[in-house]
Amino acid sequence: MFWPEIGRYGRVWSPWREMERLQQDVNRLLSRESAPTFPAVNIWASDQDVIVTAEVPGVDPANLDITVAENILRLTGSRKPEELKPGEVSHRRERASGEFTRSFRLPYAVDSGKVEASCEKGILKVRLPRAEEDKPRKIAIKSQK
Amino acid sequence: MADKEMQKREASSPVETERTKTMKVFIPRVDICETEDAIVLLADMPGVDEKSVDITLEKNVLTLSGRVEPVSCEGYLAAYAEYEAGDYERAFTLSDEIDRDKIEASVKDGVLKLTLPKAEPVKLRKISVKPA
Repeated sequence: MFWPEIGRYGRVWSPWREMERLQQDVNRLLSRESAPTFPAVNIWASDQDVIVTAEVPGVDPANLDITVAENILRLTGSRKPEELKPGEVSHRRERASGEFTRSFRLPYAVDSGKVEASCEKGILKVRLPRAEEDKPRKIAIKSQK
Repeated sequence: MADKEMQKREASSPVETERTKTMKVFIPRVDICETEDAIVLLADMPGVDEKSVDITLEKNVLTLSGRVEPVSCEGYLAAYAEYEAGDYERAFTLSDEIDRDKIEASVKDGVLKLTLPKAEPVKLRKISVKPA
């Protein structure tokens, strides 16, 4: 018969238990950190320019490429893994390595010829001035007298 | 490299000691490897340079701490934020005896590299038992 079969597993199917499990699954999905990526980036903006900073510890600036097209900024680069020589034993390995690419849409078009970038203490700072033709213009109203 | 493990981890609030600054404290990610004669530690501490890092070894507890000056952008509005600036702190208990005088530390591109040379092993003394 049907019921004795289920009973053999020691648990009878219960809609409440199913609901509980569903709730747990949904909670787990929602509590997951959003978009965890490397490198972490902060963007500041003013009327005149945008400043993008990124935490890139251990990334050789020579291995870091910044490309700008209109209002899209792209960061690509790589971090070399620390290679173990024979006879060395690894105790902990928490720092990730490999290649990364990140793209951002900036609030407005920037002048790609005037972009300045510096990398100090493992923090990349890119300053992107707003394109001249994109700057807001104040329009004077002529009075009709 | 899109991995949850790449994010900075915030340290749990210290119970015994409180900080005077209200800045957040992060646990730096580290790689530790052991060579024949030393322990090499690498820690990711973006924003830290050789002047703002402190390394102390007390008994066999190694403490790393780094102070970070937050990048301030006056007159700018934060358009998007993924990370916060904060200090770094982490402590390790070392199992081997370390030759304190020969510890070397350097910081490059926000990565602290620490070389802790092992002390000469204490020579075992064999005690011979004389027959009575």
